[in-house]
Amino acid sequence: MYDALHRQKEVDVNEIKIAARGVQVHYGDNHAIKDVDVDIEDKTVTAFIGPSGCGKSTFLRCLNRMNDTIPICRVEGSILLDGEDIYDKRVDPVQLRAKVGMVFQKPNPFPKSIYDNIAYGPRIHGMARNKAELDEIVERALRRGAIWEEVKDRLNAPGTGLSGGQQQRLCIARAIATEPEVLLMDEPCSALDPIATAQVEELIDELRENYSVVIVTHSMQQAARVSQRTAFFHLGNLVEFGDTSTIFTNPEDPRTESYITGRIG
Amino acid sequence: MTDATLHDGQPAPRKSSLHQLDALTKKRNAAESRFKAYGIVAILIGLFFLVVLTVTIVRSGIPAFTQTVVAVEFTLTQEQFDDAESKLMKTGAYQDYFIAAMEGKLAERGIEMDFDPAAIERLLGKIGSNLREHYRANPGDLGRPVSFELSASSRVDGYFNGRVTRDTLVESRFLMLSDLDLVDALSDAGLLKQAFNWNFITGADSGVDNPGGAGIGASVVGSFFMMLVVLVLSLPIGVAASIYLEEFAPKNRFTDLIEVNISNLAAVPSIVFGILGLAVFIQFMHLPQSAPLVGGLVLTLMTLPTIIISTRASLKAVPPSIRDAALGVGASKMQAVFHHVLPLAMPGILTGTIIGLAQALGETAPLLLIGMVGFVARGYPDGFLDGFVEPNSAMPAQIYTWAARSDVAFYDKAWGGIIVLLVFLLAMNFVAIVLRRRFERRW
Repeated sequence: MYDALHRQKEVDVNEIKIAARGVQVHYGDNHAIKDVDVDIEDKTVTAFIGPSGCGKSTFLRCLNRMNDTIPICRVEGSILLDGEDIYDKRVDPVQLRAKVGMVFQKPNPFPKSIYDNIAYGPRIHGMARNKAELDEIVERALRRGAIWEEVKDRLNAPGTGLSGGQQQRLCIARAIATEPEVLLMDEPCSALDPIATAQVEELIDELRENYSVVIVTHSMQQAARVSQRTAFFHLGNLVEFGDTSTIFTNPEDPRTESYITGRIG
Repeated sequence: MTDATLHDGQPAPRKSSLHQLDALTKKRNAAESRFKAYGIVAILIGLFFLVVLTVTIVRSGIPAFTQTVVAVEFTLTQEQFDDAESKLMKTGAYQDYFIAAMEGKLAERGIEMDFDPAAIERLLGKIGSNLREHYRANPGDLGRPVSFELSASSRVDGYFNGRVTRDTLVESRFLMLSDLDLVDALSDAGLLKQAFNWNFITGADSGVDNPGGAGIGASVVGSFFMMLVVLVLSLPIGVAASIYLEEFAPKNRFTDLIEVNISNLAAVPSIVFGILGLAVFIQFMHLPQSAPLVGGLVLTLMTLPTIIISTRASLKAVPPSIRDAALGVGASKMQAVFHHVLPLAMPGILTGTIIGLAQALGETAPLLLIGMVGFVARGYPDGFLDGFVEPNSAMPAQIYTWAARSDVAFYDKAWGGIIVLLVFLLAMNFVAIVLRRRFERRW
């Protein structure tokens, strides 16, 4: 089961894409994230693991300021994207989210055609000057989302009519259509069957060539399979952060060991 | 079940059989059947009242749409025309010719009747002037037979549909017992017939002693202009307010207060809005009295809470994942709302709007306070813009005015007015359903 662990993984040292320092998140009175420091590398898949309610999704949503939509949520500390603080007053969260795309737990295609689902982002960002360019962007995104072959004949069919796995790949394609630099994935496979999960995981591995990918997952096997770096969260603390192979084979912290061996979680 | 029991070759003792319902299941099933029966009974009661209502309205309202007319073929020669025009009492002369012609028709069919010119006037109104107008306008018709359809008074209508009988008739300057003999004679001679009363649909309100001439057309136009004002004001204001409150406004004490007050406004009796309209729009702002514009403003105040509440409910019903998805690809909050949330909420918004408009359409009390009473609707507005400011009435106020008049013949008109009001409402609903179908492409 842990085959991937034993596979020799080349862990290149890439430049740091996102640097989080001293991040604290409060939900009203609830202290959800306690003083977290994390470096997210470019062209790397970083996995956040941990038991339910440990704050991994909350932290992920800090990285593109999706938490801004929750009025009671307060974020402190600094998160630097390419050296710029994304919580700076001058930063427009909308511009940030075009650079840091997001894929959600539940596939959430727009109730529009497959084409319009992909074309929506490029359209509002003015990425295409004409229909031909837009067509090209849509095709490229669907190809990179590994779903082009399945939907190329029915681009005008509703996106919500696809199967769960196809919908999620459509959402990934939609997220990469706007050419983000970082892709955040919040448990992207939790609603999918094993075959669809395998397809999405394969896709994540390919995306690593161009993007920095951060994935939150409940499944330790998945973290082991797709990521190069893993962060283990527990009760709002970042317990351990390091190379995936190290975390799974030789964890430093006893809590990490308990979790990956199934004693807590 | 253990291995031991299997080896004994005896079946394990079964606690219960699936083929026998236990007491609890029976009770549960009975409760379910009872509930279904209650539901069906409730629906049947509702349907029963609906049928009773519809039948009553249609049966009482239909007489307003028909009218008894006297159809006579009449020839006026050039000499008779010149003769009549030379007389002092010109219309009286025309009337004499007409009576002579009618007597001839009756005699042809073997009916002898003595004609009292006053009786003819009571039954058919001032026919002399009608005839004169016709021939002065169409001199070419002189000397050849022209068939006239002269509408009989509403008392004659009442006599035919059973509202007026010989036993209950109170002799008055409107109708004498002897006139009914004439009516019967005309009827026997086949000169009377029932015709569709176009005047009821296209006409304006008439005087209190002329129920036959009353029409609802002017009030329909008044209601139309009012609804236009309500729609144009309350839909954009209501939707904008709801979107702001639901999607953008910070959640604090102040917005909570606004929210509570909007809900309270929806429950304010309509007459309060009428007084408010009178005080603010007419007395303070000096807008014209009895104008559909003012009526529309008052009804907008009444409709806004309904639209805001239903719009907020339908915005809330759009799954948050759609907002996340839009924000996730870098849409701004406003883009997320206008590109994705609002189209999905549109069917609900339309439903709320049509409910609000239907309420406003049927509202009477506030209109009476701002002077849009029925008798104001004496004519059509001169132009489109005049339609907003010229004194007019609205359908419910017109119906109320008719129902309050002492002449029972107006009672039919009130029922007929209700039918027209309901047809107007159905037309509005139809438009809303068509629009909703277009938006309802929810996959």
